Amino acid sequence: MENVGVCDEFVNLKATELRLGLPGTEDGGEEERQKVSCCKSNKRAFPETEKDIESTGKTETASPPKAQIVGWPPVRSYRKNNIQTKKNESEGQGMYVKVSMDGAPYLRKIDLTVYKQYPELMKSLENMFKFSVGEYCEREGYKGSEFVPTYEDKDGDWMLVGDVPWEMFVSSCKRLRIMKGSEAKGLGCGV
Amino acid sequence: MNYFPDEVIEHVFDFVTSHKDRNSISLVCKSWFKIERYSRQNVFIGNCYSISPERLLRRFPCFKSLTLKGKPHFADFNLVPHGWGGFVQPWIEALARSRVGLEELRLKRMVVTDEGLELLSRSFVNFKSLVLVSCEGFSTDGLASIASNCRHLRDLDLQENEIDDHRGQWLSCFPETYTSLVTLNFACLEGETNLVALERLVARSPNLRSLKLNRAVPLDALARLMACAPQIVDLGVGSYEDEQDSESCLKLQAAIRKCTSLRSLSGFLEAAPHCLSAFHPVCHNLTSLNLSYAAEIHGSHLIKLIEHCKKLQRLWILDSIGDKGLEVVASTCKELQELRVFPTDLHGGGNTAVTEDGLVAISAGCPKLHSILYFCQQMTNAALITVARNCPNFIRFRLCILEPHKPDHVTSQPLDEGFGAIVQACKNLKRLSVSGLLTDQVFLYIGMFATQLEMLSIAFAGDTDKGMLYVLNGCKKMRKLEIRDSPFGDAALLADVNKYETMRSLWMSSCEVTLGGCKRLARKAPWLNVEIINENDNNRMEENGYEGRQKVDNKLYLYRTVVGTRVDAPPFVWIL
Repeated sequence: MENVGVCDEFVNLKATELRLGLPGTEDGGEEERQKVSCCKSNKRAFPETEKDIESTGKTETASPPKAQIVGWPPVRSYRKNNIQTKKNESEGQGMYVKVSMDGAPYLRKIDLTVYKQYPELMKSLENMFKFSVGEYCEREGYKGSEFVPTYEDKDGDWMLVGDVPWEMFVSSCKRLRIMKGSEAKGLGCGV
Repeated sequence: MNYFPDEVIEHVFDFVTSHKDRNSISLVCKSWFKIERYSRQNVFIGNCYSISPERLLRRFPCFKSLTLKGKPHFADFNLVPHGWGGFVQPWIEALARSRVGLEELRLKRMVVTDEGLELLSRSFVNFKSLVLVSCEGFSTDGLASIASNCRHLRDLDLQENEIDDHRGQWLSCFPETYTSLVTLNFACLEGETNLVALERLVARSPNLRSLKLNRAVPLDALARLMACAPQIVDLGVGSYEDEQDSESCLKLQAAIRKCTSLRSLSGFLEAAPHCLSAFHPVCHNLTSLNLSYAAEIHGSHLIKLIEHCKKLQRLWILDSIGDKGLEVVASTCKELQELRVFPTDLHGGGNTAVTEDGLVAISAGCPKLHSILYFCQQMTNAALITVARNCPNFIRFRLCILEPHKPDHVTSQPLDEGFGAIVQACKNLKRLSVSGLLTDQVFLYIGMFATQLEMLSIAFAGDTDKGMLYVLNGCKKMRKLEIRDSPFGDAALLADVNKYETMRSLWMSSCEVTLGGCKRLARKAPWLNVEIINENDNNRMEENGYEGRQKVDNKLYLYRTVVGTRVDAPPFVWIL
């Protein structure tokens, strides 16, 4: 029938015509299927890949199906952008800042985005540098310790950690410095 | 009926509102055709290139409302390059030149310009309603024209458009005397909003029913707005990031309690997790809830909110709700008709937030469910078979398994049987999207059982041309078929050329179709526009001189038309 005729003609046409195929495919009939890109390599027509699928389904993870396929998953760009922004803000690259402690031989770096509030941050710093920070109060800063946590903000000023809302702190903090002793007295309450 | 005067027949026709029915009426006889065309109020054009504005006006001289759709559906997923088409300008110009008393314009996936909006606002004295969905090409200056000039505007509804925000004063362009606003949705605007102008506008709009804010409207402004508009039915919250017990939060809670007409809640574009509790008092009346943009709200808070929403009919949510959350939905929302579960992790990072269990739970618990869109990491045939048995009433069933070619994760089999069960049980199925590992078999089932199917989306599926042929031969009511990354070629494409006259459009990208095949099709069917979107670097690539080693990423989009080749196609679109 017509189909047969069409197929016959196509054997010849295929050799000369442009393919609307996947990236990386070539003219040349049979070869073309085997050279196709990642997505098609999982097809059951190929025994090797069938085994891959049956094993854990993860043997092909090293490869492209996890990479960006254009237009996949089918989520509107408007929605994708919305999620991406949130992810970048919340977990994405992290916000690493240097932390120095007066008297310590070298600096450390921490990711501010893993903390949700000040107490968590303080605990983490205390563990890292083996010190204790005092009790914070709005009026007088940190009481009861010779260590005072400070940070350098976007304007280059050294500020006491804890005065501003957490989100504001995270977005403006450039580096941390744990002051000690007499220098700390200016910011802290004094021991 | 023919013995009645025309006016009587026309009056009877007034009760017939669906486009399909009116189209059927017009085919009965010449007299009915004539009466119907002069009385048609709402015209729906599913593909703006299938007809021209001039022919539209010749056929329906008296319409009041026009709906136009432009780009093909896959344009939503960046598969259609910028500049492809879908320009509304020629339509607005033609309508403006004519005498038609346009009152409503609804556009989807079209390119709109500020000049077009300005012309629209000046040309139709009774213009009442502008609805733009997934459109682009305009700025807030265009909105300013609409606000300034449309004295009788009732609805300005902007859904997920790309709008160039000039942070201007478009909201203050509504005259002080203007009080007829019913719907205002500007959630998709990214820039700052003139809060004073917004509050004054809302305060002088007693008929305001639907208000959807953008992320630049903070909590305290929301509280004031709701206090001015307790009659609100549909609310889109913009930003909600205050501390839990702040004064604004308390004021908002007080205002919300007065909104006894509130039925639909959405937005939460910038939202802190605790904020949902303020809305608990109104939950028992909610019929529609869209939390699909609230990426920062944890599943537990979503669940606490939903537990109060016993009357919910429509729920759009993120997969962070988890299977447990879906079980809560299933046991609480017995009126649920439509569910959409969107992915939070777009790259399938292994976070199995929702699985086949959630889908099964919903199907078991919600007897009225008829539409579902479900993104997940894994699925099984057994689950789909159970879902089909529980819910034979699906009209729309869209399942997207995030990883292409993924089989049944328990048996490692293709998901043919599962989808087969769905199409066999759901006799009213009109829309279907398939995913996961699928062979030609699933298409055999679809062709055999999906007799009412109108729209089918296929990605990374099938083995041979037979798959596509089963669908083309079997689904008599098919209107839109869109296929990507599937091994269907020229034989399937060309088997029955006349089939495409019964369909609105066909999309095939990254399939096995050749340019030669498309050319043959174009020759055989002059009443089709056969377009090749060619995204190669060499836009002027000659077929014969092509060297064969370069990446090719062409797309085929064909559609029936009565007005021949379009004249606005860019160079990278070849119309055969």
